[in-house]
Amino acid sequence: MSDFTSDFWGLFVAAATLVSIVGCGVLLWTQTTKRPPTGVKAELHGNVWDGDLQEYNNPLPRWWMWLFYITIVFSLLYLVFYPGLGSFAGKSGWSSAAAYQAEMKAAEAQYGPIFNQFAGMDLAQVAKDPKARAMGERLFQNHCAQCHGADAGGAIGFPNLRDNDWLYGSDPAIIKTSIAEGRNGIMPPLGEAVGGEPGIAQVTHYVRSLSSLPHDASLAKEGATKFALCAACHGADAKGNPAMGAPNLTDGVWLYSSSEASIAESIRLGRNNRMPGQKEFLGEAKVHLLAAYVYSLSEKK
Amino acid sequence: MTHIKLPRRSTFIIPFNILHHSLSPMQTANTYNYKVVRQFAVMTVIWGIVGMLVGVIIAAQLIWPDLTAGISWLSYGRLRPLHTNAVIFAFGGSALFATSYYVVQRTCQVRLLSDGLAAFTFWGWQVVILLAAVTLPLGITSGKEYAELEWPIDILITVVWVSYAIVFFGTIAKRKTPHIYVANWFYGAFILTVALLHLVNSAAMPASFWKSYSAYAGVQDAMIQWWYGHNAVGFFLTAGFLGIMYYFVPKQADRPVYSYRLSVVHFWALIFTYMWAGPHHLHYTALPDWTQSLGMLFSLILLAPSWGGMINGIMTLSGAWHKLRDDPILKFLIVSLSFYGMSTFEGPMMSIKTVNALSHYTDWTIGHVHSGALGWVAFISIGSIYYLLPRLFGREQMHSVKAISLHFWIATIGVVLYIAAMWIAGVMQGLMWRAINADGTLTYTFVESVKATYPYYMIRLLGGVLFFAGMLIMLWNMLKTIGAGKAYDAPIPELAPDHSAHGGSTAAPAAQGA
Repeated sequence: MSDFTSDFWGLFVAAATLVSIVGCGVLLWTQTTKRPPTGVKAELHGNVWDGDLQEYNNPLPRWWMWLFYITIVFSLLYLVFYPGLGSFAGKSGWSSAAAYQAEMKAAEAQYGPIFNQFAGMDLAQVAKDPKARAMGERLFQNHCAQCHGADAGGAIGFPNLRDNDWLYGSDPAIIKTSIAEGRNGIMPPLGEAVGGEPGIAQVTHYVRSLSSLPHDASLAKEGATKFALCAACHGADAKGNPAMGAPNLTDGVWLYSSSEASIAESIRLGRNNRMPGQKEFLGEAKVHLLAAYVYSLSEKK
Repeated sequence: MTHIKLPRRSTFIIPFNILHHSLSPMQTANTYNYKVVRQFAVMTVIWGIVGMLVGVIIAAQLIWPDLTAGISWLSYGRLRPLHTNAVIFAFGGSALFATSYYVVQRTCQVRLLSDGLAAFTFWGWQVVILLAAVTLPLGITSGKEYAELEWPIDILITVVWVSYAIVFFGTIAKRKTPHIYVANWFYGAFILTVALLHLVNSAAMPASFWKSYSAYAGVQDAMIQWWYGHNAVGFFLTAGFLGIMYYFVPKQADRPVYSYRLSVVHFWALIFTYMWAGPHHLHYTALPDWTQSLGMLFSLILLAPSWGGMINGIMTLSGAWHKLRDDPILKFLIVSLSFYGMSTFEGPMMSIKTVNALSHYTDWTIGHVHSGALGWVAFISIGSIYYLLPRLFGREQMHSVKAISLHFWIATIGVVLYIAAMWIAGVMQGLMWRAINADGTLTYTFVESVKATYPYYMIRLLGGVLFFAGMLIMLWNMLKTIGAGKAYDAPIPELAPDHSAHGGSTAAPAAQGA
């Protein structure tokens, strides 16, 4: 136990606890009075307030006293067996950390083999196994649906996983890497570099022209000359670069919507999109199943 | 300047001239200060309605999330702290101020220490409430539950609270009665402890006028927060309201308190043990195991001291049970004690780690809180305010006793619907969250448990609307009572010579002593 900065505090807590619990018992003990004989009513205590407020001096109800004593005795016994008295760990050796480890170990022993049976298999093959897909879907609903949606259709800023359009490539092994390690897609702010608001508008219209969205042709023409700045990541043909997750700007798939305002904001302020890695929490076998399931979503089409 | 003439006795406008009538110095010397009690009593009803209305709105938002059309300052996250602050500190706080000022004067047989300071606590507290009502919807918050108000407001609270303590304890110090009545022990413990809790928990480093950062970090911050949070329940919502109970139950029942000895034992055990119980809010977290164990054990030990108050209140009625039949005020008071007993049994049970593993983070907690907040705190406040209003406005009784009865039944049905719905919803959520498939994956996603809760959210909303409707009946009854009454300040009677001695006075009930 490293809960205390010195031995003193452990002893202090233990002493304060024991004195307090025993003190409750002593209070009760010293206030115990003889019951009046049957038929005799309790006396009034004598003082009168506000004209008519008085108090009987009935003894403490017996059942109530027993209830009080039982909780005190239970508490003292509990402290013998469980952590509570400062740094004394308790005779049972129980700790929440050890209990957690034990439960996780038991779960691993029971459920591990169920997941491990797919671990060595090729991802494309796992994706074809209905049982594996069902397990993958259960994992997806609990660990991925919060952002990507229960139907994996995505949301603004969260990629659609069933449209067969992949920021980092469609290879199942790459999907698995995304899940296991996470991704951090960064686009730097380029507002200044493209020449402030006029430049942002020009590039915006050029980007919209790439997928034949309504745009101002003269602005787009100006924007085309400035696109060289963007080409470093998105490519001269604007078809993106899976190696760094730079989106294809010509395919009509939009992570942050195709509106002028949204494209302009991406250029002005940049984007910093982060998917957390799941390997540490879920383990290799579950990530494997999830990758196969996610892969199967787009393969269905 | 245009002068708008108001009808003298409108039922829709509180006749404030009645709240503010002045007395000559000769009169004030011989009367109790009822003015501040009147002000707080009226505001108890007003703030109760405001706080519960916000509660109804957020209950509806849980069913229809787009109810407030995405307006940020009406969003759930901002209205929820407004609801809790309004019902705890505005409604509950006003009830505590009103009753404690009334009780401390009458049981000490002296006027309040200072009329000016008492008036300051009233206006100061109202300013605190108004600042809360503005800053919380604006999103200005310290992020500490039940202590969301930012540091400038915290400082104002401290000043008001110290003034309150001076008035209260100063009045006790100059009392004419030889002993301090039990209700005042509880009020005193509540005032002192809330001062301590507020100062320690609100310690923060201001970053700007409306932003500060807690003086504590990580799990220690969480522990301080729940030491505060649980004792806010224990002292603000329990000890203070037990003070109300110890005056208004024997008064309304016209019976002596059941046991002086029980009041001594459960008072000391209660105020001592509550201090330790906070860690049960942090079971299965980064809080060290030993701290969690102590939180659980002292919560279990707390069961008997809590029930001591319930027993003393309910047994006071022993031999006069028939009075419950036709006295709706007594119904409010006694049923509040039943809810108090239920909640204080449920609380220790929920603090047991294995039970908590099921109940924590579910709506069971919300049900538990409201069985205490509506069933206990609101009921006993409502009962005591119905007791006070006629006495403060020179009437024999409330304008309509039938309306009190109607209020009682509507409110009771409301509470029962509310807490039953949340119990079922909570247990269901807890079971859904822990259900697993044969492969160890979770059977239900979180959102499925939300979907399954909708019917219970509807029942809860219905319960809340009923409780709120009861408060509107109370408002009507209060306005009618005030409209037909006149502010009254009771004279301070001379201390009867035999009051301090054994043997009782003529005012005492028929001799039941030995």
